[in-house]
Amino acid sequence: MSRRADILKRVKNALSLPALWLGDTSHDGQGHGNSSVLTQMSHSTGQPREWLPVVGNSFQERIQLFEKNTQALKAGFYHCSGREEAHEILKQIGSREGWKKVASHRGELISPAAEALGIPILWTNDGYDIAELEVCDVGITGCDALIAQTGSVLVTACSAGGRAISVLPPHHVVIAREMDLLPDLPAAFELLEFRYGKSREGYPSFISFITGPSRTGDIERILVLGAHGPKELTILLVP
Amino acid sequence: MIAHPAAEFKESARSVAADRRHRSLIQKALGGYYTKRDEQITKFKSWSHAREAASAIKWDAVNHLDKYLEQFATRAEANGAKVHWASNGSEARKIILNILHEENVRRVIKSKCMTSEEIHLNEAMIEAGLEVVESDLGEFIVQLRKEPPYHFVFPAMHLTRDEVSEVFEKNLGSQPSESPEELTMIARGVMRKKYCEADAGISGANFAIAETGMISITENEGNARLTTSLPRIHIALLGIEKILPKLSDLALFLPLLATAGAGQPLTCYNSMISGPQRKGGGVSEPDGPEHLHIILLDNHRTRLLADPEQRDALHCIRCGACLNVCPIFKNVGGHTYGTTYQGPIGSVITPHFRGLQKWKHLSAASSLCGACTSACPVKIDIHHHLLHNRRNAAREKPLWWERAAYLLFAFFAKNHRLYYALLPIARIGRRLQGLFRALHLDPFFAWTGTRELPPMTEPSFREQWRKRKSVFTR
Repeated sequence: MSRRADILKRVKNALSLPALWLGDTSHDGQGHGNSSVLTQMSHSTGQPREWLPVVGNSFQERIQLFEKNTQALKAGFYHCSGREEAHEILKQIGSREGWKKVASHRGELISPAAEALGIPILWTNDGYDIAELEVCDVGITGCDALIAQTGSVLVTACSAGGRAISVLPPHHVVIAREMDLLPDLPAAFELLEFRYGKSREGYPSFISFITGPSRTGDIERILVLGAHGPKELTILLVP
Repeated sequence: MIAHPAAEFKESARSVAADRRHRSLIQKALGGYYTKRDEQITKFKSWSHAREAASAIKWDAVNHLDKYLEQFATRAEANGAKVHWASNGSEARKIILNILHEENVRRVIKSKCMTSEEIHLNEAMIEAGLEVVESDLGEFIVQLRKEPPYHFVFPAMHLTRDEVSEVFEKNLGSQPSESPEELTMIARGVMRKKYCEADAGISGANFAIAETGMISITENEGNARLTTSLPRIHIALLGIEKILPKLSDLALFLPLLATAGAGQPLTCYNSMISGPQRKGGGVSEPDGPEHLHIILLDNHRTRLLADPEQRDALHCIRCGACLNVCPIFKNVGGHTYGTTYQGPIGSVITPHFRGLQKWKHLSAASSLCGACTSACPVKIDIHHHLLHNRRNAAREKPLWWERAAYLLFAFFAKNHRLYYALLPIARIGRRLQGLFRALHLDPFFAWTGTRELPPMTEPSFREQWRKRKSVFTR
């Protein structure tokens, strides 16, 4: 407690001289924070949506933008006509990559997809052994939302079977519904607040925006996919 | 500890600036960055308004830091995290070592955390007999080379694939390779075992959300996600200035950081962590650490906070954009600075953290072109702060010869008769100096060794005016 009080006191003392407002250097360090300027500025600032990249208004425009973004990110995206088609695509990818074991979590949309592969499944819901997850070829998870603006997938410990299933296996497959497609990041934060922030249980301990497969440019700034996380990210969108 | 940082800076700057290999590496790396960054910026409806809004949010956060810090700590503890407060590096190290000791930790995995570089945490943990592995690829490479990071966003930017291959061959016994992909896979293979074996994961944080008590971590590789998911203990070390008031502020800050930092629309993983694995209360999460410890570090940040003129330097979100555009950084390289935070922002804040007189030379290593200020996504007035540092250093400890020179100049400038009487002598002096130009005998060698002295106008304006006055006044 004492250190906390010390630091907070130092912070309070340090703030006793008001700061200049945004790059205003006319007072030569004598600091007269002009509150009327501050109020003006905060009135004119508005909402992030006004400055962030453009997103179309119709579902079609948004789905096209999402697809374009996933292509640029080198993620796979399939807009399926139904669940059967999604299962079919999964089986094809599975046999092409020779999946032997899948990690997944129980869910009305997710479980049937994992089961359709016909290979051993590690269910993560009730806890699992890390070594067992490490040998899985693929993690199949749900999500909270897809974000058209950035091509991202929003997952939480709650919607996607925990923290590690979507990052440890070399391939991450996300199954989402059309209604999960959101226009932009501000909408994603509104959803989080509505779904978790305002609920009795509160926020899950882990929330993440996944934007493409894991990547690095640490060697000569050359892009390499699959640094530590998944080398591939596949998104299956069903009605 | 470095004895004479200014002398070391000069020496290193001289050799790196003449190193063509370094120059071509940096130019190639940053060339790609400029293209991608500009492409992303044009996608924004208004990049300039986005920067302004981000600056306003950070202004609010930093200027009400006491309120937001209390709020953050209260919420984080309600989420099940343990919050620790550290005044300086040694306190933070002690807190972390205590946690590791009490929890019987033998192996530590780390994801990128510049704050830990700032307090030399790795050295302390290794001394305490722990195994410490950096999991970020760039950090891992420089750790194996026993060097500090070259750039606080791109730690191994100064190395070629051959050098990386060599260090892997020597330390990991791997086959040499010329493919960045193969080299990355070697590190991936080594690291996967480390994640599973580690007892504790140490991370930094890009943002701390006061409203919800969450920390937000931005990364591309997935190493931070693994570091904060698999080991049973998660320790997050962050500076007190990382605060953002609201969770939804991230809707602006995440794309801003990605665009300015690496020219990406969004970094691959942006994770918000509010506590350890949740069990009970109607929620049961399958995995995650048993404990989350958050360490809030001051380490002279309050000293910078107390300077109302430069307080906005605490708005910094460590994107590295100012380094990437800085002509000085590109010429002298990251290691020359000898600081945890390199480049223009490092030159602004290091004197506050580690002493103005010892680190004032960094503020002189600037062309004052303002590229840093115009690149900064939170609009920190970086190049003016370099001038403020110079002024403060001179005010605090004036140099007698500088004062004498200015007094002398003022004396001549005020007595124009004397000034013009001495002008012909100065001209002769300049001609004589020309004979020794760029030689060590030249009294102006510090300048003329690499540059031309500005020429003296001959005839002077006054002389020309006297001759032509009649034409104009006719």
